[in-house]
Amino acid sequence: MHELSIVLSIIDEIDEQSEARDLHDIEVVHLKIGVFSGVDRDALLFAWELACEGTRLEDSRLDIETVPLVIHCAICHEDRPPPSLYQLCCPECNTPSETIVTGRELEVVSLEVAA
Amino acid sequence: MSTRIVEVRAKVLKQNDLLAHALRERFEASGVSVISLVSSPGSGKTAFLEKLLGTLAANFRVAALVGDLATENDAARLKRATPNVRQITTGTICHLDAQMIERALEGWQLDALDFLFIENVGNLVCPSSYDLGEELRFVLLSATEGEDKPLKYPTIFNSSDVAIITKMDMAGPAEFDLAAARRNIESVRPGMQIFEVSAKTGSGMQDVFQFLRDKLAHSHKTRLALQYETTQ
Ligand SMILES: [Zn+2]
Repeated sequence: MHELSIVLSIIDEIDEQSEARDLHDIEVVHLKIGVFSGVDRDALLFAWELACEGTRLEDSRLDIETVPLVIHCAICHEDRPPPSLYQLCCPECNTPSETIVTGRELEVVSLEVAA
Repeated sequence: MSTRIVEVRAKVLKQNDLLAHALRERFEASGVSVISLVSSPGSGKTAFLEKLLGTLAANFRVAALVGDLATENDAARLKRATPNVRQITTGTICHLDAQMIERALEGWQLDALDFLFIENVGNLVCPSSYDLGEELRFVLLSATEGEDKPLKYPTIFNSSDVAIITKMDMAGPAEFDLAAARRNIESVRPGMQIFEVSAKTGSGMQDVFQFLRDKLAHSHKTRLALQYETTQ
């Protein structure tokens, strides 16, 4: 399980941002996680609780937006979700595709702070 | 109490990615081909690497970094093939990251090497998130693990460049369906190059050696081009 390492990286990022922008009382941290990022949502939420206990982020909440896998079909010239995570082909014409458009995201999108 | 939203838009692993990017530039400038190996535990990664190093060492300057949770057994085994082996003991961490690679390289003359292999911790999940600055990532699948592994771990197979099916000498006894395995790999990573090997009998290893030699010829071209650029 590498979600704890990931959470520690998220906390570092928040520390950096909150210092640079003088932010206090962070209530919600919005994350974007692609289904192909190699990070498990539940494990991440669990690690978050663990890592934030006793810190200034203790009362904050992690909000995770899951980004679906979308590939580009060179035949249809369309971006589409493949039939499954292990069938990287166009759902319309079955052409295999190695071009991943979304699904690998792993980013902090925004912070909700007390105004 | 009201709240306001502050846009951040920051990649979570940006520190790792920046470091990996710097490592990749260093490797390219030194003309060393860096290949990382990922697999589940017990897939025959060390036996495969031992065979690779043993044969390549006759004609090339090779080195290896070996990631492991605790023991140094793997490094001791590989040192029979080349003295240039360093162990990265990760403790409780289930993957290597770019910083561990950078630290482990301290004091090594990269431009005195042709190939550097990085054996990741045996794990098909966590290593997929971390760029190590490698030029190629090999994912190993042993004939004894079953042909559906790529479907269970699509992320790591998709983030790798080459698939190596190991322990082919066990394919018969294990009733391994090779055609299905190849189909599953292709399904998860269309166009992926696949090699079938047995480190024990040496079958198929020749194709991997040839592939690496071609790779190196290409890398040397890159290095010469870089030198040319810097002298202009
Ligand atoms: Zn299509």
